[in-house]
Amino acid sequence: MTRIHSATELEEVRKGIVSKKDPNKPCVAICGGTGCLGGRESLIHAFEEEVKKQSLEGKVDVRVTGCHGFCAQGPNIVIYPEEICYVKVRPEDASEIFSQTLIGKKVVDRLVYTDPNTGKKAVHQSEIPYYKKQTRNLLGANPKIDPRSIDDYLAIGGYSSLAKALLQMTPKQVLEEVKKANLRGRGGGGFPAGLKWETARNARAELKYVICNGHEGEPGAYMDRAIFQGNPHLIIEGLIIGGYAVGAQQGFIYTRHDMPRLRENIDLALKRSEEYGFVGKNILESGFDFQIEVHLDVGIFVSGEASALMRSIEGKAPEPRPKYTRTAVKGIWDRPSNLNNVETWANVPQIIDKGADWYAGIGTERSKGTKMISLSGNIVNTGVVEVPFGTSLKEIVYDIGGGIPKGKKLKAVHFGAAMGGTLPAELIDTPLDFDVLAKLGAAIGAGGLFVMDEDTSMVSMSKFFLDFLANESCGKCVPCREGIRQMLRIFTRMSEGKGKEGDIETLEELCEVGSLASLCALGKTTSSPIRSALRFFRNEYEASIKSAEPTAERSSAANQEG
Amino acid sequence: MSDILLTIDGKEVRAKEGTSVLGAARSAGILIPTLCHHEKLDPYGGCRLCTVEVESRGRINYVASCLYPVERNLLVRTRSEKVDRIRKVILELLLAHAPDSPQLMALAEEYGAKAERFDKESSFCILCGLCVRYCAEVKKKHAIAFVDQGPKREINFIPEIASKECWNCKECFPLCPTSYLQAAYLLTEALAFPRHAFTSASGK
Amino acid sequence: METGESCSHLREGNRLGRSGRMEVGRAMDESRINEIVDKYGGKANSVIMVLMDIQHENHWLPREVLEKVSHKLGVPLGEILHIATFYKTFSLKPQGRYEVHVCAGTSCHQRGSGKILEKVQDLIGISPGETTSDLRFSLENGSCLGCCTLGPEMVIDGVHHSNITPDDVEDILKNYT
Repeated sequence: MTRIHSATELEEVRKGIVSKKDPNKPCVAICGGTGCLGGRESLIHAFEEEVKKQSLEGKVDVRVTGCHGFCAQGPNIVIYPEEICYVKVRPEDASEIFSQTLIGKKVVDRLVYTDPNTGKKAVHQSEIPYYKKQTRNLLGANPKIDPRSIDDYLAIGGYSSLAKALLQMTPKQVLEEVKKANLRGRGGGGFPAGLKWETARNARAELKYVICNGHEGEPGAYMDRAIFQGNPHLIIEGLIIGGYAVGAQQGFIYTRHDMPRLRENIDLALKRSEEYGFVGKNILESGFDFQIEVHLDVGIFVSGEASALMRSIEGKAPEPRPKYTRTAVKGIWDRPSNLNNVETWANVPQIIDKGADWYAGIGTERSKGTKMISLSGNIVNTGVVEVPFGTSLKEIVYDIGGGIPKGKKLKAVHFGAAMGGTLPAELIDTPLDFDVLAKLGAAIGAGGLFVMDEDTSMVSMSKFFLDFLANESCGKCVPCREGIRQMLRIFTRMSEGKGKEGDIETLEELCEVGSLASLCALGKTTSSPIRSALRFFRNEYEASIKSAEPTAERSSAANQEG
Repeated sequence: MSDILLTIDGKEVRAKEGTSVLGAARSAGILIPTLCHHEKLDPYGGCRLCTVEVESRGRINYVASCLYPVERNLLVRTRSEKVDRIRKVILELLLAHAPDSPQLMALAEEYGAKAERFDKESSFCILCGLCVRYCAEVKKKHAIAFVDQGPKREINFIPEIASKECWNCKECFPLCPTSYLQAAYLLTEALAFPRHAFTSASGK
Repeated sequence: METGESCSHLREGNRLGRSGRMEVGRAMDESRINEIVDKYGGKANSVIMVLMDIQHENHWLPREVLEKVSHKLGVPLGEILHIATFYKTFSLKPQGRYEVHVCAGTSCHQRGSGKILEKVQDLIGISPGETTSDLRFSLENGSCLGCCTLGPEMVIDGVHHSNITPDDVEDILKNYT
């Protein structure tokens, strides 16, 4: 693999790669996501063995891809070039798939997706409702490329945005384009990325940093892992472009320690991009130098918080710092550090490639582009989906998500896990939008959409979120540490039916103080799920105080009344 | 370093750039209560008792004045309904741990904090960190450290270091608002000091 | 909840032990610690990465090892203890041969992970954060593992036992001797 020295050379290499690819060569693309493989290698081995058994080495490719997103129907495989999707595939199916489909060019009916509501079968991805109704600008490449092959990424146009940014645009122009596109942070803040970049850019310092936050600690959110593991170069390209715009020559990738495949894919992607010269000195002869260092998270939620993460990169305990001086001005080692989420970085190449106007044409007035959503809880199609902002929650939950299992009724949906908020079923027509959801007290967070059916107790749910926060709070400041302690005592009482008069008022006061006086966002948003539950499900809380029945029964009783 | 002009409780105050709102207030004779603050130590921002209301460009925020840097034209209110409520609740939360602390009791009276509001907690450490930080920043011995996270957070003497350093020092003892520190030291000495420490360090 | 004869084999475990992971109380070789420290350039800010590598290899962080790391990196022992007790990845006590992780994320909880955890606790006799006395199992029930479609689930040695019911637990654990 030789270093690429110019945009022209890049295009030549790309053409060379594409010309060598045989579009008709059969390929079995196996989803390598944890949801499909479950930590086992048996499915992959079965197909690799089958290639050998049938003496098809070199004639059939077996490729392990990133997450396809259709977790509920996994293990998923796609057969190319026909794009035949097989669902719930087992290692034992390998030989039949080979003889019937790869060689015999026939479809194995029992492995084809069947819509549980209509009974209709759908063979190709383009026919399956789950995929059809999405706009997979980011995820679309996952089933098609080998995440360990930089050539696959180049074949689909990868690094052309980097070339355009470095060689045809000034850093300021790149920044302006991202500002114009109104790319907003996808990690939970929703803050305009362009403005954050600008702050870092304007901060006067010799050394600056850009950081990719791949911590993804929000329970129920797993879309960052899907895109990072499946298309690591997409994020790397975005990060380099960001570094260029901000004036940073050092990038940090902060990622999870508990996913070997993800880590391997990132390490390999960095190695390959260095070989081609996309990372390193004088990238594409632009004069721009950029290095990337990978740091691993250590298994605590708060280390996903920007300032805590930066402490962690410095080698210290991840205690958040108050953001009186923004990290974009003083971050790692007090140097300007621009931190963005994985999905945010993933959006950058397409903005540069197709332009801010194109990007701003997707979504709503103030929420542009697409958003990856990971569905979980009481929903048929648990998985990762991608939709434009503005899509109604109803469409996400029912048309794409397949509705509620076991014939139950929807009670509520929840964004943002322990730091987020709940929307009752009556508000299911709400569009996916940063500001609309924030106004309803259920800010989108990282995009993990948790669905609750009619059997859910909202009081239990609130206690569950508090337990999570108790486990994750750093414990430095009083309003959070002691607030959580006392709120848990109240919730324990309430869930045993021993709620005292005044408990709800105490909760409300602790929420107020916590939200105003806590040191960091974790402490401040501890109150969000509780306030949200009190806003829409107050009767359940009240019922847990008056009566002596345990919580679950009381909640269904309360629901029948109100 | 230029001078910054801001308003604290209606009074015009001049402060050097980089000064905290707490520092600026003190220089103007305006009192803001603190617990975890100490002039020999880096500001910590843990107790949040020094929270004040700040208004800048029409936006109101609640910040820890020991850490918040002065800004031009900043409007600071050191007392308000919300600020007082924040302080009252912080005190009540801490009184659940250390109802007998003289500092907490004095402040409780001023802010109407009720010691009985929350049931008594088993540990009377309020985790202000004065001991840990003093030993790290001033004595540079690191004989005492924070361990664990969240509600489980504690201070622990490190027996190997404490057995050598503490007997002749104990400078952190008067800093503790609740005397938990002294109790923790005695307990560590009794239960965890290495055997040899008893003949050398404490002279027993 | 009854735990009959059938469960006793899960509690007793293999007292003969195995080499490698089973070497309890044996702190890591100084030369190996030096190798790890050097891998990250001996810089103070690499302390977390150094501890991670040691935890990964040794499966726990003995006190003597922490003291050595403190000395080599110039990071106060108190700071290292703060870090080691702060992060859940680190254990200051020997871990079992098999780390059983019952996912306690929101979605798994909604799908009944509480009952799975109860059954596991019952069968192997320890609570989350603890290790069986024969060092066979350590139990964790921490954060969401990010594969919500598999819930409720139990991950042992990287393998996900997915969509399980309490009745499945005993058969699964039997395989881990």
